[in-house]
Amino acid sequence: MIQYYYLGSIALIAIGMYIVIAKRNLIKIILGLDIMDTGVNLLFISIGYVKNATAPIENVPGPYVDPIPQALVLTAIVIGVSVMALALSIAIGIYKKTGTLELDEILGVKK
Amino acid sequence: MKKALAIVLAILIFIVFALAFVKIPFGEKMSTYPHYYNPITNQTSNMSLPQHYLTYGKNDTGATNMVTAIVVDYRGFDTLGEVTVLFLASTGVGSLMYVENKVKKKVRRSNAVVETGSKLLFGFIILFGAYIFIHGHLTPGGGFPGGAVIASAFLLLYLAYPKFHAKHEKLSVSESIAGLTFVIVGLIGLIIAGYFLYNFLPFGLPTYLFSAGVIPLIYVAIGVKVGSELTAIVDSMMGVRE
Amino acid sequence: MDLFTIVSIILIIITVITAIIAAEMKDLLSAAIALGIMSLIVSILFYMLQAPDVAITEAAIGAALSMAVVIFAIRSTERWEK
Repeated sequence: MIQYYYLGSIALIAIGMYIVIAKRNLIKIILGLDIMDTGVNLLFISIGYVKNATAPIENVPGPYVDPIPQALVLTAIVIGVSVMALALSIAIGIYKKTGTLELDEILGVKK
Repeated sequence: MKKALAIVLAILIFIVFALAFVKIPFGEKMSTYPHYYNPITNQTSNMSLPQHYLTYGKNDTGATNMVTAIVVDYRGFDTLGEVTVLFLASTGVGSLMYVENKVKKKVRRSNAVVETGSKLLFGFIILFGAYIFIHGHLTPGGGFPGGAVIASAFLLLYLAYPKFHAKHEKLSVSESIAGLTFVIVGLIGLIIAGYFLYNFLPFGLPTYLFSAGVIPLIYVAIGVKVGSELTAIVDSMMGVRE
Repeated sequence: MDLFTIVSIILIIITVITAIIAAEMKDLLSAAIALGIMSLIVSILFYMLQAPDVAITEAAIGAALSMAVVIFAIRSTERWEK
């Protein structure tokens, strides 16, 4: 049986992929990439979950959840926001040059 | 037409990923994980990698929070790389958003409640962020969340005072000192024991503030670095108002 | 069906709905705010999956900094998607 956590995070990845493919607005595409980022992070953390276990902080006894995905995701979130800021500043630069955010108008494609 | 195609593609991706994840169990005990292979001793261990970290981590590093032990000690070199990526992104934002003569337009002041409230809250948020990254080896938190909390305190000031402006020179000084601390601590370990980021300070008693050797030192450095870099990003993105 | 399962399913459904709202809004400001709400709920999910470190980071970054950065970018470009 497939788990609801996996289904939810895969749905987030698919929604982000849909935005990146279908939308033509630069800021919207960057938002889609952020949604994909969140989905991947949720997938990682839910793979590391162990039933009836506590957080991996060893001042209480008992089984702990897997600490490795948490360590990976902890840095990935911070990197994600800074890379998103870099992408947004590139989009702002393109807007200053061309006066539009629509990909079709930037590339000169006729609808 | 294009939209329908994109929806079909997204549904296809969903199905493929879902089929790929049918076999992966959720909430399974760690004893069912595969055992890891040690290339140095050339044999397979009798436990999985997270079990190894959870069993020996407290003795190896002295830290109570295993996530901190992995981020700073076991994979400290990786963290240095992540911090470098953060630095490059911050530099890139700063250079892309650079404007020579900032047009100072008349901006509306926010009302007295917002100004006074944010002035009062600012110190407490900074204190909370510092608490998070100083106690990173004992409680949940650490340098990355603490730095983000400090940057959000500065964001509050930016929102409340339209004329507020963090000095970029001071931010880069604190950032450079933090980065240098990280590298120098790593290099001292290299000189003393022969490998980068060796934990050369005494471990002390677990669950005490002064324990876990160099881990609090490095996490404070990471906290200051992340905080000043995210503040610099917010400042650069803010500075394009015309 | 214990409490963990029920609360998880409700929160995951809210997450997916806010993601779809962020995808379909023509107003980029509303999309950014929907994204902030999504990050906040995902941070609650991280907390339920016993990852407090990640939950703190996601709450501070996803709900505050990331949304603010997107809103600053929208302010210096344009607000409506064509």
